Amino acid sequence: MTGGPNDGQTRTGTATDGDVLVSVRDLERTYRGGVEALRGVSFDVRRGSRFGIVGESGSGKSTVVRLLAALDRPTGGSVTFDGTRIDHLRDRDLGFLRKRLQIVFQDPMGSLDPRMRVRDIISEPLGRARGRDERVAELLDAVGLPGDAGRKYPHQFSGGQRQRISIARALAPRPEVLIADEAVSALDVLVRKQILDLLDRLAGEFSLTMVFVSHDLGVVRRVCDEVAVMRRGEIVEQGPVADVYDAPRSEYTRSLVAAAPRLETVLSEKE
Amino acid sequence: MTQGDYSQGPYGRVERNYGALGSTFGEALVSVEGLTVAQGERRFVDDVSFTLAPGERVGLIGASGSGKSLTASAIMGLLPEGLTASGSVRFGDRELVGASERTLSRLRGKELGMVFQEPMTALNPAMRVGRQVAEALTVHGTSRREATDRARELLDRVGLPERTARAYPHELSGGQRQRVLLAAALANDPALLLCDEPTTALDVTVQAQVLELIAEAVRERGTTLLFITHDLAVVASVCERVLVCRDGRIIEEGPVRAVLSEPEHEYTRRLVEAAL
Repeated sequence: MTGGPNDGQTRTGTATDGDVLVSVRDLERTYRGGVEALRGVSFDVRRGSRFGIVGESGSGKSTVVRLLAALDRPTGGSVTFDGTRIDHLRDRDLGFLRKRLQIVFQDPMGSLDPRMRVRDIISEPLGRARGRDERVAELLDAVGLPGDAGRKYPHQFSGGQRQRISIARALAPRPEVLIADEAVSALDVLVRKQILDLLDRLAGEFSLTMVFVSHDLGVVRRVCDEVAVMRRGEIVEQGPVADVYDAPRSEYTRSLVAAAPRLETVLSEKE
Repeated sequence: MTQGDYSQGPYGRVERNYGALGSTFGEALVSVEGLTVAQGERRFVDDVSFTLAPGERVGLIGASGSGKSLTASAIMGLLPEGLTASGSVRFGDRELVGASERTLSRLRGKELGMVFQEPMTALNPAMRVGRQVAEALTVHGTSRREATDRARELLDRVGLPERTARAYPHELSGGQRQRVLLAAALANDPALLLCDEPTTALDVTVQAQVLELIAEAVRERGTTLLFITHDLAVVASVCERVLVCRDGRIIEEGPVRAVLSEPEHEYTRRLVEAAL
């Protein structure tokens, strides 16, 4: 495969360079009725790194996202953001996190208010700050949308363009951490590549720390330095992408990797 | 083509008897020529031609909106309202374009099997799945008793436990539902199996299992396979030949390995580069 930021090779160097920005320890989340969505999850995300979380449905990866963003509270364990425990903060004390950590979701149509113009959607996280128009123009440009896009409504855009709008909105408050939660899963293959390339470029340009959550092993391999493999509320394996994908230690990771072979692997076996 | 001509050899496709099609092995089972699907002036499939040899496994790839699914729907005679097909689709010695609904519905589910992406919409929510598989047989003339027994065998063949026959679709997982559909699609041992993104909505490990089942089933029975997907690794592992669809046209075709290793067309190259 050509053209990807990773090309299947990891940039393990960058993964260990930064200090720990997000630290998760023994995280548990049990819902009423006894459903254990998370059963003791621990990992560190270093500043400037790209951390991938892969897992099938029901693995608990979405619960992790909710707890990282303090949209939900754990029943055990801790989430620390740049030295501050965020797992039991009250909403009014979470303002700093909403600026410093942003999420891009899978379904841009579901997360964009259809009645709002794009410029208002993008500048919403900015409140009444001065220079909003300039910032919107800057962001539209950064995500590759034309300048007049701000005047339009979400339904006037394609799926890929709508995801660009979500990314622009997420970047508006100049976050340090960007969580992509299945952000390219609903997109067509060619559009998916464009968005992945865009995120790759933006991460460099804005020195973002990225957390990539996906059921798609290929996406995480392409984008991330480090990866945690989740199953039934636990991390079964984590480490540098190359190690985990090329020499998986757990049986489950092995079966996942085998179930989603890369094109080049299949082609070389066909020789 | 008359009933019972598809004798199922124990050794796969070379054993299969294609005599009734008036063809020897290697001649086309399906021959699509100048197929166009349009709504008024707007063409979604534009002058597409290709053939499928008996027992051949062919992939149809392309980005969304490339016309690959409509090509399949046109072959099945299942185009959405308002779209019309012109050109020719020969299936054995029959013309499918313009064929009556009566002719088509006799072929569908019997000689033309199909598995689509969303199994929930293809299954009747109010009917036990064993009965639905059996119905694929009874509508084409099998007695109810025999169909019930066969349905049990078929569900077993796709790896579903016996009790599944009494379940309703909503009681099953996505992967199980797709297995049920595959069982129904294979019930009459169709000459052509058409799969449109059959594993896209499934978890990775379940995807691999369902793919393996499809690949096994078609190899075993010598079924001709037309497999539509956006996943190039899947095409490479299941198919022998690939057609690349763009803007309603086939822009490149050839042996799967050659096309995906050394694509000639710039668009195919982009698809390969976008594969993860």
